[in-house]
Amino acid sequence: MVPEAQFASYYGRNIVKPAPWGHEIPAYLFLGGLAAGSALVAAGGEMTGRRELQRNGRLIALGALGGSTYALISDLGKPSRFHHMMRTVKLTSPMSIGSWILAGFGAFTGVAALSEVVKEVAPNQGRDLPMAWFWPYGDRLASIGAGFFSAPLAAYTAVLLSDTATPTWHAAYRELPFVFVGSALAAAGGTAMVTTTTRECAPARRMAVGGAILETGAFALLERQIGVPGETLHRGRAGRLLKLAKALTIGGAALTVVGGRWRPSAVAAGLALATASALTRFGVVEAGMESAKDPRYTVVPQKQRLAARRAQAAIDAASEITGLPSAQALAEQA
Amino acid sequence: MSLWRNQLSGPTDPARDAGWVDPPPRQGFFTDTSICIGCKACEVACKEWNQLPMDRLGMTGASYDNSIGLGASTWRHVAFVEQTTERIAAARESGRALIALGMPGLRPGAMDLAAAESAALAALATGTLPDFRWLIASDVCKHCTHAACLDVCPTGSLFRSEFGTVVVQDEICNGCGYCVAACPFGVIERREDAGAGTISGVASAGSSGRAATSAPTGIAAKCTLCYDRLHVGAPPACAQACPTTSIQFGDLDLMRRRATERVEALHAKGFTEARLYGADPNDGIGGTGSIFLLLDEPEVYGLPPDPVVTTHDLPDIFRKAGYAGLTMLVGAALSFLGRRDS
Repeated sequence: MVPEAQFASYYGRNIVKPAPWGHEIPAYLFLGGLAAGSALVAAGGEMTGRRELQRNGRLIALGALGGSTYALISDLGKPSRFHHMMRTVKLTSPMSIGSWILAGFGAFTGVAALSEVVKEVAPNQGRDLPMAWFWPYGDRLASIGAGFFSAPLAAYTAVLLSDTATPTWHAAYRELPFVFVGSALAAAGGTAMVTTTTRECAPARRMAVGGAILETGAFALLERQIGVPGETLHRGRAGRLLKLAKALTIGGAALTVVGGRWRPSAVAAGLALATASALTRFGVVEAGMESAKDPRYTVVPQKQRLAARRAQAAIDAASEITGLPSAQALAEQA
Repeated sequence: MSLWRNQLSGPTDPARDAGWVDPPPRQGFFTDTSICIGCKACEVACKEWNQLPMDRLGMTGASYDNSIGLGASTWRHVAFVEQTTERIAAARESGRALIALGMPGLRPGAMDLAAAESAALAALATGTLPDFRWLIASDVCKHCTHAACLDVCPTGSLFRSEFGTVVVQDEICNGCGYCVAACPFGVIERREDAGAGTISGVASAGSSGRAATSAPTGIAAKCTLCYDRLHVGAPPACAQACPTTSIQFGDLDLMRRRATERVEALHAKGFTEARLYGADPNDGIGGTGSIFLLLDEPEVYGLPPDPVVTTHDLPDIFRKAGYAGLTMLVGAALSFLGRRDS
């Protein structure tokens, strides 16, 4: 463990402010990931002729997308102005980029889900409708479109958190997108295992196990490099949520490998993985909030950075006086 | 790529970067905390001019500070710190270490530091200097050269004015709160309610007329550097009200020059604890539009010691997310390869 560093503060008050976000935001992160992963499950099902996987994936993707959009809008200070997100396209704002990703994903996912609904309700699976010959092409286009937007949708939510002054979120930026896409794959694979017969679910099982391995591995790397701001990942409510998430992820993946072909255990494993994915998002968000509320996580890493830079400046100044090349100059020569 | 980089960090003219053609000189504050007397005229003048609702009332137990910190309805905040000899000596020492590194713009050998300092120490020993001091500082939005709040705002509500300042447009902001999390100084805040708040249960006089101003709620708010007053050539309300010229306002170049002169003058008198904050255009935010002269480490005043705008790392953040996204697509594709269902 890093020793407790001494630091001064203004009456122990926080320096940066925590984001004014409620539980809607981690819920949005989870549902967005679930929607993205499910769109990939559906696209794979459509391209490999797994009809049930295709239908369920598309409906889950649309449902999760609806839930995440609702969560996002209801957390705004002025929900009636949600459409102001569409006033501009701004590359420096992950939330602006995310809004456009969400819109693009929504358009294709909406068409894909509509296609499934019509197949269910129209007589003769809609084969007698006008332009029915175009249907397979439309299905394929919807799959490609939703698949195209799915990866950005799952990965950008990590960017959303990391592009802030919130110490734990920013310090985690290298690994967090891998944690989140792994979590999204595990959630989507797990949800497919819950909803779809085991006969069509082999790809979903592989996706779930692969996602769980990616999430767990990336999170272990994250914990190793993050330094002082990583303390909040192990403390309090965030620590408990993340510990439970890890146990459910590993347990769910193991159960998938062992009993994924038997429906009851597949359902249990799928539920464990989806729950774990939600807990991961709630835990990471909570850990960031705690790091913003404590000046320790703002001051100590910045003091360390300053000390390192000043030590380097002193070395450079000394080498200037003595005429000897500095360590940096030597490194550049090498 | 260098243009893109310059937009995210390093010294630059933010008004021109934002597309203003032939803008006026960049405007800014120089807050000299060494002559602040803690009268809070700046806090009051700011509230009056900008018609900000009362947000807190009561005692905090933190010396004479009763506004706690900058927020949606507190755009000037006066900090009070009470220090004894030990801490004063530490501040003097940390300041001397900075001077030894050649900061801020001090020419080594330009003055006899040792003599000046021993004179100050002698004064302390003979009781002509007190063994106790106040640190009093009026904090405000930094109007950063690279402003994280502005960078991350998804609606375009936050914009760069022709004066190089950063301003929220009330009627555009949809209250997403992203700027709140992005600000490295914890300045901007979402106003949750326009009524009067309380501190630890102290009842407020919120029913009086002023508390019920029409301040909009649910949106982000912060110092505008009195954008309305600048348009008619008037100084910001806080600078106008300051009785000691602790808050100075004008062309940022002039503010930087005055700040450097002032810190050199203080050093010459042996006050090695004096240092500038935000005056270096090569710092993590490209320098601030509000420069401070401090008498101790920034964190003592509740300021971050080495702020870096979060978007400085954004290209790398996006790159990592891109790799993660590709990993996801490849992983999903691999899941569907291999043998058929059993």
